[in-house]
Amino acid sequence: MTHYIIRRLLFAVPTLIAISFILFALLDLAPNDPTGQLPLTIPAEAREQIRESLGLGEAFHIRYAKWMEQFFVNEPLNLIERAFGVEIGASEERLRVRSWATRSPVVDLIIERLPQTLWVVGLSYLIGILIAIPIGIVSAYRQYSWFDQLGTFVSMIGFSVPTFFTGLLAIIVFSVTLQWLPSIYDTTHRVTDLSSFWVQIKQMAMPVMVLALFNAAQISRFMRAAVLDNLTQDYVRTARAKGLRERIVLFIHVLRNSLIPVVTLIALGIPTVFGGAIITEKIFRVNGIGELLITAIQGADIPLVQTLSFLFAVLIVIFNLIADVLYGILDPRIRYG
Amino acid sequence: MSRAAGRSPVLSVRELCTRFRIQGGGLVHAVNGISFDLHAGELLGVVGESGSGKSVTMLSLLKLLPMPPAEIASGQALLDGEDLLALNPARLRHVRGAKVGFIFQDPMASLNPVLSVGYQLTEPLRLHLGLGRRAARRRAAALLEGVGIPAAESRLGDFPHQFSGGMRQRVMIAMALACDPKVLIADEPTTALDATIQAQILDLLQRLRRERGMAIVWITHDLGVVAGLADRVMVMYGGQAVERADVRSLYARPQHPYTRSLLRALPKLEGGSSGERLASIPGQPPTLVQAPDACSFAPRCAHAFARCRAENPALAPVTEGHEVACWYDADAGVPRAA
Ligand SMILES: Nc1ncnc2c1ncn2[C@@H]1O[C@H](COP(=O)(O)OP(=O)(O)OP(=O)(O)O)[C@@H](O)[C@H]1O
Ligand code: SF4
Ligand SMILES: [Mg+2]
Repeated sequence: MTHYIIRRLLFAVPTLIAISFILFALLDLAPNDPTGQLPLTIPAEAREQIRESLGLGEAFHIRYAKWMEQFFVNEPLNLIERAFGVEIGASEERLRVRSWATRSPVVDLIIERLPQTLWVVGLSYLIGILIAIPIGIVSAYRQYSWFDQLGTFVSMIGFSVPTFFTGLLAIIVFSVTLQWLPSIYDTTHRVTDLSSFWVQIKQMAMPVMVLALFNAAQISRFMRAAVLDNLTQDYVRTARAKGLRERIVLFIHVLRNSLIPVVTLIALGIPTVFGGAIITEKIFRVNGIGELLITAIQGADIPLVQTLSFLFAVLIVIFNLIADVLYGILDPRIRYG
Repeated sequence: MSRAAGRSPVLSVRELCTRFRIQGGGLVHAVNGISFDLHAGELLGVVGESGSGKSVTMLSLLKLLPMPPAEIASGQALLDGEDLLALNPARLRHVRGAKVGFIFQDPMASLNPVLSVGYQLTEPLRLHLGLGRRAARRRAAALLEGVGIPAAESRLGDFPHQFSGGMRQRVMIAMALACDPKVLIADEPTTALDATIQAQILDLLQRLRRERGMAIVWITHDLGVVAGLADRVMVMYGGQAVERADVRSLYARPQHPYTRSLLRALPKLEGGSSGERLASIPGQPPTLVQAPDACSFAPRCAHAFARCRAENPALAPVTEGHEVACWYDADAGVPRAA
């Protein structure tokens, strides 16, 4: 098992290097100019100076190397300093990836946006999982019952109707018609007491529910399929032949086996939480990571786009690894294989 | 070893009918009115070609078939005077694994891949015998030793995939024997085992029969094993019992044309040679789409005559302890008197 993890880790390094290079090169080749948005009255020399100050005068490979250094050395050091309140070396002089649009360090922008995304998107993922697993189990155990039929119908809707539609529908129903919930997420809102907490709950309710429905639809179908697949296995008959209660047959024998693929799927889906749900964030004006990425792309803020996309790539690789390890932990055939 | 005439049987199955409701509304009449008695210490061999309903019959007794599509249309299965088919689920659970042990046909898929063998083996012990963790593990190790798994204690933590096919089959056997059942149903229990281990398992079962009076139903294709092991034999065809007899009588004077062709295809009858599989007989087994209203062997029978295609013969005694369901008297070479 350890051997297996080490091998996978070693394999992740060249993968990430290749991804970083492709991302950097692709976006670097894009015909974009950090001074393009500036007023035309600004003279050419001034524009050149701005470019120089952003490090654009240097050769491609130097810029790539610097970017990598910033990503893997400088910014992690900054984070450590921030977390533990220590200072390692000359932290003021450390080069940082800066946004073209705001001139502030990209990582600071991300950190600023992360809590909103984690709260809204993360919570919706968690709620989605908590709803989906019991529904999947019951739907499979009572296959073709009214519960299963209803579950199939609802998850088909959750699955196939895009979140921009369910989101807008929710806004029309709950904000416009009923006026129960605010349609815009107020990021500056601070929770200080019970009533402000209630306001927070209300503003989170719609985006969380819209996303949770989507996540639950996907995961519950997957869970149902996994349980169904296992219920017809011979070992289930063996368990029943021992005189075990149905509850034990289901929750110990069947569930253990069914969760293996589902846990893997859930782990693989976690990077999308960090990626934010771009559309949902846009609709409810939750200015999280997804919103940040969209704005960066629209404003041709190349450093921000490069860093965000690479960050997602790193997360995807990491969670792939975690999924593999979980698989090994849950399935003895792999653990001892 | 001989049948205890007069004593009441441990298990008494009467007119069991099981069918499957298949997609499109059709029915498969898998078991059509099977009856048999099983006495303490007795071994009943059940033979018949593939699809003749051997497994479905036995699985019906403990309701271990997927329902739907299976449904038990009628019948009784009295165990100690209690009808298993009429028990509520909670009562049935007290029978499963405790009074009736089951060894399944496919040992590879019959163990849970993610639970340790020790856990799976201690489950019935803790449930039915109320043993604690320690005691259950000790007994589990003893059971594994009993079926010839060396260093059993140290293997309790292993998972099924760490055992060979034959060892998994032995784990299944140990599991079925765990709570000292009165009745053991063994569905082709020794197919994956080599001759030495097979002999060891047979020894163990013979001992349990003698010492504890365990009654065994032994489903097999291996007529050699049946000849050497069984007290009585039931021959099945198309979901029906076509012949039922003491083992000597059956091998000495087989009555049913189907049984005869099975035995004819067996080169050495005496000597208990094992490894002889059922020979294939020309023709197709019945489709079972309708309940039999004629002899289901008729399309393949050399002796078939008009009555065979009009009326389904019921089991009727020919001699003491020997019954056959056939309109033709094989010994005399003429149709039976109507
Ligand atoms: N789930 C099912 N749905 C429909 N028909 C079934 C189902 N299970 C079994 N049958 C049918 O029931 C009949 C009896 O099957 P059974 O498994 O009892 O045969 P068997 O005598 O045990 O054969 P084998 O020697 O191959 O194990 C077969 O015709 C089979 O097609
Ligand atoms: S009843 Fe007729 S068809 Fe059936 S086995 Fe006997 S002789 Fe053959
Ligand atoms: Mg079978």
